Amino acid sequence: MEQLFQQAINGISLGSIYALIALGYTMVYGIIKLINFAHSDVYMLGAYIGYVCMTKLKLGFLPSLLISMALCTLIGVLIEKIAYKPLRNATRIAVLITAIGVSLFLEYTTMAIAGANVRTYPPLTGFMNMSFEIGSVSITMMQIIIVSVTIVLMVLLQFIVKKTRIGKAMRAVSLDSDAAELMGINVNTTISFTFALGSALAGAAGIMVGNYYNSINPLMGMLPGLKAFVAAVFGGIGIIPGAMIGGYFIGIVEVLVSGYGNSMYRDGVVFAILILVLIIKPTGLLGKNTREKV
Amino acid sequence: MKKALSIILVLTIAATLFVGCGAETAGANEIGIGINYELSGEVASYGQVSVYGIELAIEEINAAGGINGKLIKPFKYDNKSDKSQATTLAKKLMTQHKVVAVLGPATSGAFKATIPEAIKNKVVVVSGSATDDAVTVDENGVKEYAFRICFTDSYQGTAMADFASNNMKATKAVVLLDNGSDYAKGLAANFTKKFEANGGQVAATEAFVAGDTDFNAILTKIKNQEFDVIFLAGYYAEAGLIIKQARSQGINTPILGPDGFGAPELVELAGADAVNDVYYTSHFSELDQDPSVAAFVEKYKAKYGEVPNQFAALGYDLMMFVADGIKRAGTTDTVKIKEALEATTNYNGVTGSFSIDENHNPVKAVVIVEMQNGQAVSSQRVEQ
Repeated sequence: MEQLFQQAINGISLGSIYALIALGYTMVYGIIKLINFAHSDVYMLGAYIGYVCMTKLKLGFLPSLLISMALCTLIGVLIEKIAYKPLRNATRIAVLITAIGVSLFLEYTTMAIAGANVRTYPPLTGFMNMSFEIGSVSITMMQIIIVSVTIVLMVLLQFIVKKTRIGKAMRAVSLDSDAAELMGINVNTTISFTFALGSALAGAAGIMVGNYYNSINPLMGMLPGLKAFVAAVFGGIGIIPGAMIGGYFIGIVEVLVSGYGNSMYRDGVVFAILILVLIIKPTGLLGKNTREKV
Repeated sequence: MKKALSIILVLTIAATLFVGCGAETAGANEIGIGINYELSGEVASYGQVSVYGIELAIEEINAAGGINGKLIKPFKYDNKSDKSQATTLAKKLMTQHKVVAVLGPATSGAFKATIPEAIKNKVVVVSGSATDDAVTVDENGVKEYAFRICFTDSYQGTAMADFASNNMKATKAVVLLDNGSDYAKGLAANFTKKFEANGGQVAATEAFVAGDTDFNAILTKIKNQEFDVIFLAGYYAEAGLIIKQARSQGINTPILGPDGFGAPELVELAGADAVNDVYYTSHFSELDQDPSVAAFVEKYKAKYGEVPNQFAALGYDLMMFVADGIKRAGTTDTVKIKEALEATTNYNGVTGSFSIDENHNPVKAVVIVEMQNGQAVSSQRVEQ
């Protein structure tokens, strides 16, 4: 029982990271129907920006988190402006391939600048290095920080999407961008804003992973990115609460497979879930069937 | 005018082509040595430091007048921790630079990939740190042009099992292994075999793959079991993270590991506070009392400003060992050099004294280093 509890804690911390990344995938898909493969590399850049802040500039966790989120926002918007906007009216496959190109560009540019070596974050100090024991269950402060930062960011995101003008615009554009434009909504600004939000969340995930695992490298985004994508599909791609649920679900499944089954099947199970979802309910857990008009 | 221009153009292109064909080779009074190491990529820290050791040795040999009056001319390349790149470079070094021996790569997989080229071109490849059993010998017999100067995985796993049973009085062990690497699988198999032969019991075996960062699930799984030691077969990149996560989950049993732990990044990844009761097999320890070790440490520190680790020492020994072979061969004929290396007996290096056996492996002692608070605090030699 205690073991199950401990595994659940491990799974929730991991799931938070997937959920944060999945949100970026799902929002962008919801609005321009693009699977933004470069998104997982924004997460990686977030980790590197955090690394520079914490080791070179000797900043604390919170300022580093904010800087990382701010710079990732900027990077996300730049990617959209430079790579995707000129292709707004191109075929979807052209944009998808561009996304893969941007992803490789970011990975190998980082490798050229920072080197291929694994880099380590500075050791955690003070209260961030604490851990709590409840019976034989141990929770580290970093796990608590990851889960709480994730929850705060998700609440904030829900607020922005549901209660603000720009959130309303996002929802309108995702429903029907032509109609939204006719109603006087600036579609380009709205799309940029969506990229900005998603990238900020990815940046936050990046720096938290750097502190949690203490190890970053230029290709660190690949696998978590794919799993976050699976999480987004699981929850119903384009649906924000779906990405959150999907992220936690994938994180917990992964941990339970390692903990009670064979750790070698962990990644296999995650991708088997993707296949099953696509066969049984292609629109995902929260997805509704929409009829394609011909 | 146009015609004249195009002729000039064609001539220039032809000239560049010819230049491209003839790569630089060693001069008449030089001996070309190829250096094919992991200077970037995932195991860069092994390769870079090995090359530091090699370059220190070359400097020393050349300062003393070279080998048989000829200076060593190194040709250094980065194989980016990639097997196919390693093969390409070995070929380039042998056929274009005409070197008499190629040093490296540092890891078994990449080193093995260069052996077919060595056999084809009849030029020896020598590794300082390829510990996989099948590197120099397989079911078809010994690979003629491949040598190494480090002990093998099976011996590391066996030595650690003996250390666990005899020195630590352990009866139950948990084995964690990187399931994607031959190195870790060989180590784990040999540890398990010997530990069980010693009367011990392996309570659980858990696997992970290189590149993983979250090991909490498998650690939580083993946490509730009873065991005295963990044998962690893997490289420093994952081992560091596993040590950190194990200690933060309250798993405080001793952790034993192979020579793949021997990189400063292990402590950086794990955090110095977490690296307690960690023991690993090593080829070299600067805590060694041998006088040749002290002299080497001194020279290395003077040149690079840091204490040499095992890869540096192996790199240094590697170059010195090959130089010794060339000297005894008395020629730069690559077949004669191979024969001279085969005949090596009681060669005295900083990683211990060794002879080359019929399988092109050295017969030498293993060093077990103990770490507390992120520092190596003691070392002991276990004879083979």
